[in-house]
Amino acid sequence: MCGIVGLFLKDPARHAALGALFAPMLVEMTERGPDSAGIAVYGDPAPAGGRHVVLVHPTPGFDWAAVGEGLSARAGGLVGVTVRDTHAVMTLPAVDWAPLAAWLAQAHPDVAVVSVGERLAIFKEVGPPARVLDRFGIADMAGSHAIGHTRMATESAVTTAGCHPFNTGPDLCLVHNGSLSNHNRLRAWLRRHVGVPFATDNDSEVAAAYLTWRLSEGDTLGAALQAALRDLDGFYTFCVGTRDGFAVLRDPIACKPAVLAETDDWVAMASEYRALAGLPGVETARVWEPEPATVYTWSLN
Amino acid sequence: MDTIDLDIVPLRDLNARLHDPAEVARITDWRITNSKGRHNIAVGLDAPVTVSIAGHVGYYCAGMNEQATVEVHGNAGVGLAENMMSGRVVVHGNASQAAGATAHGGLLVIHGDAAGRCGISLKGADIVVKGSVGHMTAFMAQAGRLVVCGDAGDGLGDSLYEAVIYVAGSVHGLGADCVEQPMEDADRAAVAELLATAGIDDIDPSRFRRYGSARELYTFKIENVGAY
Repeated sequence: MCGIVGLFLKDPARHAALGALFAPMLVEMTERGPDSAGIAVYGDPAPAGGRHVVLVHPTPGFDWAAVGEGLSARAGGLVGVTVRDTHAVMTLPAVDWAPLAAWLAQAHPDVAVVSVGERLAIFKEVGPPARVLDRFGIADMAGSHAIGHTRMATESAVTTAGCHPFNTGPDLCLVHNGSLSNHNRLRAWLRRHVGVPFATDNDSEVAAAYLTWRLSEGDTLGAALQAALRDLDGFYTFCVGTRDGFAVLRDPIACKPAVLAETDDWVAMASEYRALAGLPGVETARVWEPEPATVYTWSLN
Repeated sequence: MDTIDLDIVPLRDLNARLHDPAEVARITDWRITNSKGRHNIAVGLDAPVTVSIAGHVGYYCAGMNEQATVEVHGNAGVGLAENMMSGRVVVHGNASQAAGATAHGGLLVIHGDAAGRCGISLKGADIVVKGSVGHMTAFMAQAGRLVVCGDAGDGLGDSLYEAVIYVAGSVHGLGADCVEQPMEDADRAAVAELLATAGIDDIDPSRFRRYGSARELYTFKIENVGAY
């Protein structure tokens, strides 16, 4: 089944309350996905062209000191380290991430990369959504937009790595309700022709990687999603975040649920209306179900 | 009047009471609070009771309804009044996909918009939508009437059988074998009667256009018998 929610705050005055507005939306989708949950938060940018790298270690209470020191030595210092439950947010200066990622994979094979981005930080874990939100303190987070997923796994294992959102390129993330039927061949094609590395065998990661590839080719988010309508086969409702953007797309049959609401202050989407019912001003919001095969995008600029 | 708070009473207990002949004989007016988008509220009723729900409902609200009047003061999720047999279901907000699917009888009134596949496989019920309807509305609808005061999405009436559709606004696109047909006095009378029954009095019945089946798709043609 799965539940997805997204909240995009147009009014900067509301950014401080992003997590507080968002957390109850995700909890409302618990029955659609009680296995695990994940949240992508677009918060303050890392200073001076740097980036936030979110890492996960399976052991709660893992000592991140050695990882932090290793990254610091190779990056010429760390801007900040914030540990949240099983995750650590390492804020790096403006350096090339690829060699650091290679070092990390070799020196700390138990540590996995959850997200990389100038503004993006993803937190995901197995367990009921309310507990996942609490473990990471999502309700206290600030930012412009957030995307979340409650998972009822069908395609792959219930693991932290299999949780959505998937981050496959700087600041891009995707959550998915549905199932793709051509993900295996598309994954192989992206591996072979574009050299995309995949962390899981999850179909949704392929959709995220596809969008990253289109964006790297110069597509706008809207154009990348138009191309996805052609190249992705299956049924899906996607909610997509980029550094400054927010998008929703349903497949041409549109049998997976989605509802959008918009006011002057915010845009919100969810699998079911009840997730939106607590938002301020929703009584007078424009509420509609997105049309099949129609790309909806919003941008901060 | 009995008021049921779904934050206190389990939904299964509510539905069990609504299915109990002694309970529905004793109490004919029910009010439900804290519905909070829960699924399957007031499904399978078969008694002339009135159930008023103060809030949003989830999937399949008032499904399989017979005789009862169910009123939702909020939005409704997927499959509202699915397979209704008789009675009346009224939603004051929007309805999600497949509202009134396969409904055989009774009246469904949606005061907001209905999403895609409204009245899919309709089998005899009447549906009145004050707002607009989404894509693939009345797909394979067999019998019954659908009145849309706003606009209709793409693929209206695709593979339609004998249900009749009336739309006051624009139609994004007609589905296979669905055609516009002359609006006659009987149609205007039918629309006026359905609007009046639904309690909608601010739209002129003469604004509606009629859509029905061209009967090219489903009718067996004797001249093709050699092909079988």
